Amino acid sequence: MVKHIIPNNLQEALNTLNAGPCHIMAGGTDLMIQKRNTAGTPPKFMKDVLYIANLEELNYVKKDGKRNCVLIGASSKLEDISHHPDVPNLLKDIIREIGSPGIRHSATLAGNIANASPAGDSLVALYLYDAEVVLSSVNGERVLPISKFITGVRRIDLRTNELIKEIIIPLLPVTKYKWVKVGGRRADSISKVSFAGLYLVNFGLVSDIRFAFGSVSAMVARSVELENSLKNRPIEQIIADLPRILEESNKLIAPIDDQRSNKVYRRKVATNIIESFINGIQ
Amino acid sequence: MNKIKFNLNGQDVSVELDPSLRLLDVLRDHFQLTGTKEGCGEGECGACSVLINGRVVNSCCFPLANANGKKILTIEGLAKTKRYQILKDAFHIEGGSQCGICTPGMIMAAESLLSMNPHPSDEEIRIGLSGNLCRCTGYNMIIKAVQKAAELGAGLW
Repeated sequence: MVKHIIPNNLQEALNTLNAGPCHIMAGGTDLMIQKRNTAGTPPKFMKDVLYIANLEELNYVKKDGKRNCVLIGASSKLEDISHHPDVPNLLKDIIREIGSPGIRHSATLAGNIANASPAGDSLVALYLYDAEVVLSSVNGERVLPISKFITGVRRIDLRTNELIKEIIIPLLPVTKYKWVKVGGRRADSISKVSFAGLYLVNFGLVSDIRFAFGSVSAMVARSVELENSLKNRPIEQIIADLPRILEESNKLIAPIDDQRSNKVYRRKVATNIIESFINGIQ
Repeated sequence: MNKIKFNLNGQDVSVELDPSLRLLDVLRDHFQLTGTKEGCGEGECGACSVLINGRVVNSCCFPLANANGKKILTIEGLAKTKRYQILKDAFHIEGGSQCGICTPGMIMAAESLLSMNPHPSDEEIRIGLSGNLCRCTGYNMIIKAVQKAAELGAGLW
């Protein structure tokens, strides 16, 4: 029979993980449904379960002024993150469209990362901000960029004795940002296509520009190379470069047909969104 | 088996049940609090809404373990309060309840919203109730009911 461990502190949680593999349960909004059983019976867990939702040590959102970044503890809830003054507005806007109040009051950002769904909405912002994931074990910590931590569809580089302890989001100066989520319903919907973009304009030159798509490839689709080719150019030049940007973006994505949408629709919508983002730079 | 302690509708309780059980099943089967409904069972309909430390949560995807040390309020607990009377009256006046299956969840989501924002705008009510589905009313009557409750119960939240 599987064991259920409710640790009193982080050290107990790490010791438990070191003793053997566990499912790590935070809010449960994904895991409880993935392992759902018939009503009245416990979910079908084949491994021990470690419950970290109530670890107060990991329940924080704070700004690190020295490093100019925001640190988000693994057990802090999406709703709290979305109200914190130092969290980038792009991520706040995204969180407000994840689930519903009832989900956001228990779900965590760390859980959205660990779930590593191609349609994980928060991931798009985390990729744009070059967020890092702090992994903790009894042996110490590892810090990985989000793009290295997520290795495929529902695959992450997490060792069995590790848990996600913190997410580091470096702060950026931003002139404007855009977030678009295309879903079947305003709340509780899994994206068919999503897009986030941001840019910084300095004296008529676009000194930083970043954009990425969600739900249209196995992982978030972002090309730093394409972004770099647009940096430090006047706005009109970037807009004039639209045909190339659309061509390169189309190579970047690989949408699929599934129960929520189809690849033709997804590609068309993704193209329309990036076009409107580039044309809207001012 | 782990002992899990929490406060349920104002009473301290302790249970020795599988910690991975859905809070929904514990409330309905163990405590016989059947006002909390199962609709979709996957966090999309809000029929199972309860309050945990005052905030609305879907009890169908909330493991019992996470209830440890929390204050849980179900529709049965809320029913003893003046705020509930106001919400109930407002739902009656505006026709916000028809078949009734979504109503306990709607009331819990409304209570959570009003306790954080006693005078919500139409838009804020729509967001506050966005996780709750109703197949009868078409929603507008529910939105009006929450507005009416905020009016009738001004000062209570």
